[in-house]
Amino acid sequence: MQALTCACALLVVVPLALVFYHVLKSGIGALNWAFFTQLPKPVGERGGGMGNAIVGTFELLGLAALLGVPVGVCGGIFLSEYGHTRLNWWIRFAADVLNGVPSIIWGMVVCALVVVPMRGFSAWAGGIVLGFIMIPLIMRTTEEALRVVPKGYREAALALGIPLWRAILHIVVRTALRGIVTGILLALARVAGETAPLLFTASGNRYWNHHLSDPIAAVPLQIFNYAISPYEDWHRQAWAGALVLLVMVAIINIAVRALTRERLGKVP
Amino acid sequence: MQNNLDETNPKLPARPPPKRAPGAQVAIAAAPAPAPPAAALAIRDLSVSFGANRALTQVSLDIPDRAVTAIIGPSGCGKSTFLRALNRMHDLVPSARVEGQVRLFGSDIYGPDVEPAVIRRRVGMVFQKANPFPTMSVADNVTAGLRLNGVRDRAVLAERLRQSLVMAILWDEVKDRLDAPAVSLSGGQQQRLCIARALAVQPEVLLMDEPASALDPSATARIEDLILELKESFTLVIVTHNMQQAARVSDYTAFFNMGQLVEYGPTLKIFTNPAKQQTEDYVTGRFG
Repeated sequence: MQALTCACALLVVVPLALVFYHVLKSGIGALNWAFFTQLPKPVGERGGGMGNAIVGTFELLGLAALLGVPVGVCGGIFLSEYGHTRLNWWIRFAADVLNGVPSIIWGMVVCALVVVPMRGFSAWAGGIVLGFIMIPLIMRTTEEALRVVPKGYREAALALGIPLWRAILHIVVRTALRGIVTGILLALARVAGETAPLLFTASGNRYWNHHLSDPIAAVPLQIFNYAISPYEDWHRQAWAGALVLLVMVAIINIAVRALTRERLGKVP
Repeated sequence: MQNNLDETNPKLPARPPPKRAPGAQVAIAAAPAPAPPAAALAIRDLSVSFGANRALTQVSLDIPDRAVTAIIGPSGCGKSTFLRALNRMHDLVPSARVEGQVRLFGSDIYGPDVEPAVIRRRVGMVFQKANPFPTMSVADNVTAGLRLNGVRDRAVLAERLRQSLVMAILWDEVKDRLDAPAVSLSGGQQQRLCIARALAVQPEVLLMDEPASALDPSATARIEDLILELKESFTLVIVTHNMQQAARVSDYTAFFNMGQLVEYGPTLKIFTNPAKQQTEDYVTGRFG
């Protein structure tokens, strides 16, 4: 029995190793300085890179965080600290359902709400769709992080005559900060690799984006476009893009590990 | 000593001079007892319920100024519920309902225009489990109540920091590590830090909910010494499970059972010559 369960558990490691090995093997060859700094070259010309897509991904993540972090964190604070009514049950339920909504549906909705009225694909639309995906994720992780703050700290703060909102902001949120940041990082890691919702919002761009109301490139979009192309050189670039994306997400996950480990060590 | 919170919050009424006039309704029986001082807290028909559960029924008593009043009774008798009603901590529990009156130096703390935060600044609280803010240093913990109430003056903060730690008999132990994390202190030191933190906002009354029950005997002794020092300047109400502790530190004792006040009087009388059989059974250890 133990052997069987152990084998099943180990099965999770195998795909990770396979993915990492294969992406590394196929992608490392096309990785060079030009890959990070240059624009894609036209078909047939060798070389070039996806500097615009790498920068674009960071821009999209920044825009998404601008929307997702404040709304998600404030919502989480409401659910944990002020939530004692039926409304909270509904908000929590809605957030959980939204967490399960396929991301392409988010893309369609934002396309209808932002792209159509603005008459064009844009970085704004891409940031908004990723931000929307982040909101319910961050809301729930923030709520969980705040809930594990012992009640004693809230009581101690209020017993000093500190107003509730200040006690929440300066004592409760401060105490839960690591957990909240962890949730934000995990949400960023999750949306960093989203492709489907960007197809008809950010749309992709073969050049540098100079204006946020223009379409913008992103690494996952570039991988998609290169991978379905018939050109050998583009395939290699797609693998290199996959490697860059994988390393980015891995770095975020390692940061999360470091944050949570320190937190566990610090519990009094 | 000026109260800087007064400047930031004009709603905070000044404390009236301590009166030693009669009027306190402490039950004094035949035993000779000193004339009771003026009441800091006058409690009338106080009832607390949580949803359909009534935790405290029709309690009336006067808590004298600058004295230690101990609340004793078996687990679940309403001791903590009573204590928390005295600084409106029940406001945080949506299902809690408080009826009756609690007058703090004459004014009803449950009055219609009263800010709970203002009451909690005047009636401080120390909890069973030491709960220094884990993200803050020793010094920041002590001044948290001032800083988060808008006091910015560094000189005032430094002075209050020293003063409160001296009062809590902690200064000598922590003066060289004021910037160390509060959670690096020992359990007993953490509890005295919490007392210093409560003292820093200059309350008039200090409520203590079993402040020494999680500490070892020597740390407990220090807290008890501290309580005896503090009663020179504050009104103290202390909930305790430990009857010897109540006998050692308190001037008055209230015995609660099943959510009701059974007997209240000078500590000596409650422990040596109680009026009710139930009280005698409890203090002699026959039940509870």
